[in-house]
Amino acid sequence: MSDAIIPHPAPPTHPIFGKLSIDAIPLHEPILVVTFIVVAIGGIAILALLTKYRLWGYLWKEWFTTVDHKRIGIMYMILGLIMFLRGFADAIMMRLQQVMAFGGSEGYLNAHHYDQVFTAHGVIMIFFVAMPFITGLMNYIVPLQIGARDVSFPFLNNFSFWMTSAGAALTMISLFVGEYAQTGWLAYPPLSGIAYSPNVGVDYYIWGLQIAGVGTTLSGINLIVTILKLRAPGMGLMKMPVFTWTSLCSNILIVASFPILTATLALLSLDRYAGTNFFTNDLGGSPMMYVNLIWIWGHPEVYILILPLFGVFSEVTSTFSGKRLFGYTSMVYATVCITILSYIVWLHHFFTMGSGASVNSFFGITTMVISIPTGAKLFNWLFTMYRGRIRYELPMMWTIAFMLTFVIGGMTGVLLAVPPADFVLHNSLFLIAHFHNVIIGGVLFGLFAAINYWWPKAFGFKLDVFWGKISFWCWVVGFWVAFAPLYVLGLMGVTRRMRVFDDPSLQIWFAIAGVGALIIAAGIGAMLVQFAVSIWRRKELREESGDPWDGRTLEWATSSPPPDYNFAFTPVIHDLDAWYDMKKRGHQRPIGGYRDIHMPSNTGAGIILSGICLVLGFALVWHIWWLVAASFVAVIAGAIVHTFNYQRDFDIPAATVAAVEDARTRQLAAGA
Amino acid sequence: MSANSLTADEPVSFYQLDEQAHPEGHSTMLGFWIYLMSDCLIFAILFACYAVLGGSYAAGPAPKDLFDLKLIALNTAMLLFSSITYGFAVLQMQQGKVKGVQLWLAVTGLFGLAFLGIELYEFHHLIEIGATPQRSAFLSAFFTLVGTHGLHVTFGIIWLATLMVQLSKHGLIAANKRRVMCLSMFWHFLDVVWIGVFTFVYLMGVLR
Repeated sequence: MSDAIIPHPAPPTHPIFGKLSIDAIPLHEPILVVTFIVVAIGGIAILALLTKYRLWGYLWKEWFTTVDHKRIGIMYMILGLIMFLRGFADAIMMRLQQVMAFGGSEGYLNAHHYDQVFTAHGVIMIFFVAMPFITGLMNYIVPLQIGARDVSFPFLNNFSFWMTSAGAALTMISLFVGEYAQTGWLAYPPLSGIAYSPNVGVDYYIWGLQIAGVGTTLSGINLIVTILKLRAPGMGLMKMPVFTWTSLCSNILIVASFPILTATLALLSLDRYAGTNFFTNDLGGSPMMYVNLIWIWGHPEVYILILPLFGVFSEVTSTFSGKRLFGYTSMVYATVCITILSYIVWLHHFFTMGSGASVNSFFGITTMVISIPTGAKLFNWLFTMYRGRIRYELPMMWTIAFMLTFVIGGMTGVLLAVPPADFVLHNSLFLIAHFHNVIIGGVLFGLFAAINYWWPKAFGFKLDVFWGKISFWCWVVGFWVAFAPLYVLGLMGVTRRMRVFDDPSLQIWFAIAGVGALIIAAGIGAMLVQFAVSIWRRKELREESGDPWDGRTLEWATSSPPPDYNFAFTPVIHDLDAWYDMKKRGHQRPIGGYRDIHMPSNTGAGIILSGICLVLGFALVWHIWWLVAASFVAVIAGAIVHTFNYQRDFDIPAATVAAVEDARTRQLAAGA
Repeated sequence: MSANSLTADEPVSFYQLDEQAHPEGHSTMLGFWIYLMSDCLIFAILFACYAVLGGSYAAGPAPKDLFDLKLIALNTAMLLFSSITYGFAVLQMQQGKVKGVQLWLAVTGLFGLAFLGIELYEFHHLIEIGATPQRSAFLSAFFTLVGTHGLHVTFGIIWLATLMVQLSKHGLIAANKRRVMCLSMFWHFLDVVWIGVFTFVYLMGVLR
């Protein structure tokens, strides 16, 4: 390592507090101070309410320590929702800054703050919004769809959730203690190296993602094994519901790509902490290797996000068209093709790096090829709707909005896949518009479809339609108003991550985009109102049958919400769309002969170990070495102690099962 | 509808009324195997980095100047022996002899410690003559690849010690047998990775 290029020598490290000092609290940033006060008041209010209504014991026993895949799924969704509000606040701040910063105005965000905002927005939206949302969804639905009682490794599931939460918490702490990275969401070196980012921002980035990454990888392994090992008898691979198929592929991608992220970030942290030369400019390091490595993870990542939602759209289209999915087999093969192809396109993220014409051509072509299986999927959905008896319920509306929006985003993606075009559009707002077009139009719209579709299953009552429709129209209109101007600006050559502008003719487009962001804000507001109104009116919206949409897959065969054990008797599958098959052939729900059901026990190990990991991450960020050592030893010791617990399951007595199932029988009889 | 599906009037059972619970730990081996593959990817990245950066000496020492193949051969022998002795432990387990398992696990752990000792000696020597991880990208990649393997062996030894305590407490119950098999996979996996390191880093490094 050469010392000459380090512009800011690191401040001396305190033996007890490391680099942490009172200066780390951003008291000079009024926006952050006000935010902190609001968060603190809100937090104290929530804690006070929990204490007043004596909910701590309930939360601990029934939720925090639960190993029930359904509750863990719901907790993932809540985590995603909270982080979504944070990520969207960042988005609104960027829009406002870019509208204001014209004609010599600096806007209201200084460069240091603005750079953190766009970095945090990207990181949070991908890692702590989209990932928890899809993981939560898969956690909740997959075991039900395959007729299982839980996932293969219930404790690991709880641990994964808390590790993801610990990563999110570390990222949130950076808002009020120190700073976040100012590097963009993938932290390219040399900018993210110690020479150019000497402060703690990149360290928060690294350790937040490393801790969450452990959770993501483990939950990927868990769901793969669950799908391969716990399917109900008769459910061969080609009789699995499409959502389960896309979840399987998505989790295979997780296991095959997140270790790459782990390794890459580990090398970056070695450069920063130990002075190695992997990605430095000197002594043989190669910053471009980082860009390659991070995108070898990063491109599969976008398919990790979208594939489960392709499954959602398939389920929704089939259910609300009242038809079997058109081309089930081709849908499965298209999913597998996308899974494989997603590994050989990564270089299209940096055509301009200078790999040469042949390499660029190869990756340009593979990128274009990936649109073929995706196109096949779209035609399958359209043919499913063709001559179907389509019901325009909210999930179906989101699905149609997805088809219309996603196709445009896909086509701009094919434009970007042409290397010469990419040389013009690289890092421009056209790119920003493109990936928001596919991520909002695909992942988010899919999540909203899924939430409206499966909410009644999870909670036993439907979501309010009126507010749902308001949210829907605000989102769809708002999306286009917010991002169409970015396509225009990108074609005019405006690059991403700009804080101030000179050319006054650009301002009108940013103003339109800002209005779009406000319409989206209204859509988010309407969605929160929808949740609140639905919970308030839950008696009227109650859904007794367990099958509100005339569904086709096994999750609709049980009650809403399902009992702890999901199914009193494991279903036997004879055909695709197993529940539809059972309904059609007049199955008889067994009403006696219950047996004890073997279930995993709750454990506090997951939340405790993750809590220590959070401390470990914080100590690493601030170079508090004694705490690093102590918390590291504590994690290892805690994990070892946990392995000495051999009593990890219990039996639900047959009498309890009988009581639950008899209540269900009465409920069904009353509803009939 | 597919041709082989049943017709509506055939009596079919839609529920498993005579259900047997899945045997405990029935998915553990598959799950652990998939975990090992994810770990394998981490090593793949480190090997790839070494392949890219392995020639970037930055005017510093090259493999020829640094590696002592006799020492590495000894080290490799330690790890290969430890894999054999782990195999003996598994054979003892299949015969239900908990004492034998304990004995061979202890021998395995000693070989593992010998491997780690030699590796640390090598690292110490390299750092002493100025071939530190900071010296060049080649050395960064070398120390990280070999060091990550060494860290895995360290955790393997901690696990092994834990398992020996658990065996002495509970004997060869199903859960412990499963753990012995998981650690076995882990241990042999590290052996396979080391063969890659030995060939790719040391042998080819000295040839280059």
